[in-house]
Amino acid sequence: MTDIAIEFKDVVKSFSSADGKKQTVLDKVSFSIPVGKTTVVAGGSGQGKSVTLKLILGLMQADKGSILVNGKDISGIGGRELEELRTRFGVLFQGSALFDSMTVYDNVALPLRERTKKTEQEIKDQIDETLEQLELSGHEEKYPAQLSGGMQKRVGLARALQLKPEIMLFDEPTTGLDPVMTQEIYHLFARTQALVGYTAIIVSHDIPKVLNLADQVIILNSGKVDVFESPEAIQWSKKEHILEFVKTTMGQIYQSHLMEK
Amino acid sequence: MQKNSLTKLGNTGIYVLGDLGRMGLYLLQIVRGAFKRPFRFKELIRQVHFIGAQSSSVIFFTALSTGMVLGLQGYYSLHKFGAEGMLGSAVSLTLIMELGPVLTALMVAGRAGSAMCAELGIMRISEQIDALDCMAIDPFRYLISPKVLATLIAMPLLTSIFDIVGIAGGYLVGVNLKGVSPGSFIQGMQSSVTNHDIRLGLIKSLVFALLVVWICTGRGYFVREIRGAGFGAESVSRVTTQAVVLSSISVLIFDYLLTAVLL
Repeated sequence: MTDIAIEFKDVVKSFSSADGKKQTVLDKVSFSIPVGKTTVVAGGSGQGKSVTLKLILGLMQADKGSILVNGKDISGIGGRELEELRTRFGVLFQGSALFDSMTVYDNVALPLRERTKKTEQEIKDQIDETLEQLELSGHEEKYPAQLSGGMQKRVGLARALQLKPEIMLFDEPTTGLDPVMTQEIYHLFARTQALVGYTAIIVSHDIPKVLNLADQVIILNSGKVDVFESPEAIQWSKKEHILEFVKTTMGQIYQSHLMEK
Repeated sequence: MQKNSLTKLGNTGIYVLGDLGRMGLYLLQIVRGAFKRPFRFKELIRQVHFIGAQSSSVIFFTALSTGMVLGLQGYYSLHKFGAEGMLGSAVSLTLIMELGPVLTALMVAGRAGSAMCAELGIMRISEQIDALDCMAIDPFRYLISPKVLATLIAMPLLTSIFDIVGIAGGYLVGVNLKGVSPGSFIQGMQSSVTNHDIRLGLIKSLVFALLVVWICTGRGYFVREIRGAGFGAESVSRVTTQAVVLSSISVLIFDYLLTAVLL
């Protein structure tokens, strides 16, 4: 078993706009994500953060280059192979992506009912345990519209954890949440990661808070990437766009350091 | 200026071809999804109830009104030639071969097709379809194929209801209001309507069902890819309108083509 969960090798991804112009979002991007660690993917709007997640999940195909998951190239795979790959992932979407016509219980039970042969009793036992861990007990019969934003995120997390994913992808997980709820959600990530032992990839604007969880940080800018082996390493970069990133996102924390530079 | 217009024309051509290709592949995927296990029988029954049973009242009133108007107009025209006895034949043939399948398809497109398109569009923009993909649950098998099968089951049934209620409406006006003999109305109907006519009506209803459900669910599924649709809730409303218009026009075009080929 390799100690690299995901590897991008010279990945290129472009999009054509309505007027036929080509925009390259990822330009020969290479990086790797270590197993069992937390990697934060940061960058401004339109820099390719969500595209990176979609490429990993096989929801989009790269124009060039290869993407390896546990050492296996996933470029161009489809059918059962792709389905099998996706069962290894758990995803928490920006808007939680809960099915509004289903109760909390049915939302969380969906992957178990569709992807496993477990009996309803086994499913119930597993869901009861997860809902208790995520402090959602008693809300089973509610519909997503009856829940707060933070609770919806927790239900989304509960659903994503049901198939015991090896890799969890978090797409802007704290967007729209207040600081207290944000902290609570990050606390839950850390707790569930310790329990399940998944590799976490967090796409977030919520810098610097999310950096507390990070083992590695990837910053996307104008189609290129900068990989930092620790959040602290960011402050030693001399690149102009990184300095700008630090200045705009980390604010006062590194202000004195920037003054010295 | 000329170069700009040519570029725009070229881009539109590429977009239209791309859209046709996407919809063609989508049709193949919904057919494949219909045969994929496990089948969702409960969802299929729920969809038949929604598309079929819940459309029956609007079908009933449209059919009754259409049959009654046909009875009146048919009587008016035939009376000029002293051929009122042919009223049963005229009403039943018009309804079974033409108006029954077409008007039922238009009603289903307006009522159930728009709802299916909006539902899938909202699911797409709120990432619910992406969530299904990420859980390795085939959205075609899980979401779309039950709607397709339900429409294929419900449409011929609704068309049959339309035909029966429409003929009853024509009978009501022709016999009870205009004094046409009940025997000649029934006799005219029995002698002119053949199995071939009924088969043509049923084939039409099946083709229209496929057209309506393919276009309506496809527009909702691809809401993000449709040029000029905009974003968010606005994109869903625009695409829903487009789906109903496109499916209605397709029904009318295919009605002519099928009549020309099968008559």
